[in-house]
Amino acid sequence: MLATSRNFEARARSGLANENLQRALALARTGFPLRRRLAIERLPEFEALREIGRAIKDHTIEHLDFYLEYYETKVEVSGGQVHWARTPEEACAAVLQICRSAGAKTVTKGKSMVAEEVGLNEYLEANGITPVETDLGEYIIQLRKEPPSHIIAPAIHLVKEQVAETFRAEHRALDPARLLDEPRQMCDEARAVLRPQFLAADVGITGANFLVAETGSSIIVTNEGNGDLTQILPRVHIVVTSIEKLVPTFEDAATLLRLLARSATGQEFSTYTTISTGPSRPGDLDGPEEYHVVLLDNGRSALIGGEFQDMLRCIRCSACLNHCPVYTAIGGHAYGWVYPGPMGAVLTPSLIGIEQAGHLPNASTFCGRCDSVCPVKIPLPKMMRHWREREYAKRLTPSVYGTGLSAWAWVARRPALYHMFAELASRALGWAGSGRGRFRALPLAAAWTRVRDLPVPEGRSFQSLWAERQKARRPR
Amino acid sequence: MRAARERILASVRSSLNRGRIGADLEAELRARIAAHRRNPIPARAATLDHRAQVDLFVTMAEEVQATVARVSSLAAVPEAVAHYLAAENLPAELVMAPDPSLDAIPWRDWPLLQIRRGRAHASDQVSLTGCHAAVAETGSLMLISRPQTPTTLNFLPDTHIVLVEANQVFATYEDGWDRLCARGISEVPPRTINFITGPSRTADIEQHIELGAHGPRRLHIVLVEGKQASGSDDGEQDSPPAG
Repeated sequence: MLATSRNFEARARSGLANENLQRALALARTGFPLRRRLAIERLPEFEALREIGRAIKDHTIEHLDFYLEYYETKVEVSGGQVHWARTPEEACAAVLQICRSAGAKTVTKGKSMVAEEVGLNEYLEANGITPVETDLGEYIIQLRKEPPSHIIAPAIHLVKEQVAETFRAEHRALDPARLLDEPRQMCDEARAVLRPQFLAADVGITGANFLVAETGSSIIVTNEGNGDLTQILPRVHIVVTSIEKLVPTFEDAATLLRLLARSATGQEFSTYTTISTGPSRPGDLDGPEEYHVVLLDNGRSALIGGEFQDMLRCIRCSACLNHCPVYTAIGGHAYGWVYPGPMGAVLTPSLIGIEQAGHLPNASTFCGRCDSVCPVKIPLPKMMRHWREREYAKRLTPSVYGTGLSAWAWVARRPALYHMFAELASRALGWAGSGRGRFRALPLAAAWTRVRDLPVPEGRSFQSLWAERQKARRPR
Repeated sequence: MRAARERILASVRSSLNRGRIGADLEAELRARIAAHRRNPIPARAATLDHRAQVDLFVTMAEEVQATVARVSSLAAVPEAVAHYLAAENLPAELVMAPDPSLDAIPWRDWPLLQIRRGRAHASDQVSLTGCHAAVAETGSLMLISRPQTPTTLNFLPDTHIVLVEANQVFATYEDGWDRLCARGISEVPPRTINFITGPSRTADIEQHIELGAHGPRRLHIVLVEGKQASGSDDGEQDSPPAG
């Protein structure tokens, strides 16, 4: 997928001004965190499971070469095949080759963020194969030719009127006078339109939430059942996934599954958790004849051992997006690539480079909610700080930041001078604003006062009040 | 592809700052896999006696909009199924898994029920299957694919009816998995293992939860309790010896 992360500032601004987006985000802002909290309150062991989840993923990453080889052997034993891909190009080429040798014209797709990452749909279309997205949200944005704006709810940026408009424009065979006022009607329409596509597809492509080394299995977690129809009806099933999805055993996957749905949608368990191993067996009445796994690296192996290794624990639940004051204000498209929100602010520079994505780790208030809700305890704010440091070291930060920070640091390292300036500033501001309560505009602070008021200081700095208090308390 | 494989593995090892792992560590990792060690399990279901587990299973399944009919014997199943279909205004026609464990049910007592055995096709409205296990923890059903239990039955029809015998209810997902292992088929598991928790749903439009996105709109569970439950499971007749 082509990255537009460089335009973050402009797109964030237009997101804030977009009424439909703001209406849609208002629903997400309250819904997701509330449902997650209710689910977690019902599971007293949740905190303990987070720690175990973290340990499982760390253990796997630290022995990833072993588990990858073990997994590949097991896939082959079950009659499947693993296709390794270092880059998006290699992954797309592998998928195309499988489609070609199956003589495929149409493929159905379950939601896969790795497929988005490698730009699979555009590639297949350019090569004469029609990919049909079947997850309702993905289907809607495919019709609208938009990228996903959320990793589990790709059309979360839309309100129902926009969906209705899209369906009327695209489903031209249907009665133009039909009612499309409620999500129920749109849902039924998509079901009816997509059912024949499921039945006709030559190849089904899904992602994977987890890969189990022990058995060579892939696991998908969905609510709609589209991923299952995608993989059991066509003759060929291709799993497009990446190397950090591995876990050693089913028991390990079970622990992470207990964390995933609760963190993502606040469900106790997603409707469908499906474990797939190889092609269908002799005598089976359905299921695919071929099972392929396209296993992408795309820079992930290089993250191991460095300051961003913890990011490889991510299970793509989206809790960090749903709890982020920045994401829930500007929406996912501002981030300009596949992965938005805090996890995207760390992962995107890792995968496409800090030169492209420097704005993202800066788009954080460092409030720490992402860190506190992450089911596998990824220290997201810390890693965003690492990216800021790297950006600064590479001199990618605008020079005015550097000059400003250096000046501030110079003063801050000299306590007497710092206290003097602080005292001076609070007295001056207190005097200038006396009787007003708050400033609506201030010279040199226009960026702050443009969107909010600054409370007027009381006239004394904290340090001087503290010093006075200590003096008064000192024993005679 | 071979080259990509070697390069990715080499990159992983170089990042880990080591070569291929030694024989000792490899043995340790293989032992970790073979041990099937469970991670800590939530107490919710694991600490209950079996009767309470069955009740919890029903509560959790109903919470996610599955419907449950509790009957006292296999003999009562056809009537329960016929009543459900009538109450939902559905045709008395269903496609049923060619699963021998369903043969013990006296379907002939209800001749108005039209039953075809086999996989599901696009035109099938109602399916009926057994299950491999039922998980009390979250009200989930565990179904596995075999020639007798094709997976299309679980997804294509609008209505999926699942027969659960009380002795198939277990506390956790791990218990269901152990049951596969005990039958010696965990080495190469069945092609498809489905954990199904309620009917299909989506919240992709304005976070509105709508049932029946692509999979079944209705999930109906017929739970067979009481002394007359046959104790058979979905595969005893044809499963390989345990171990």
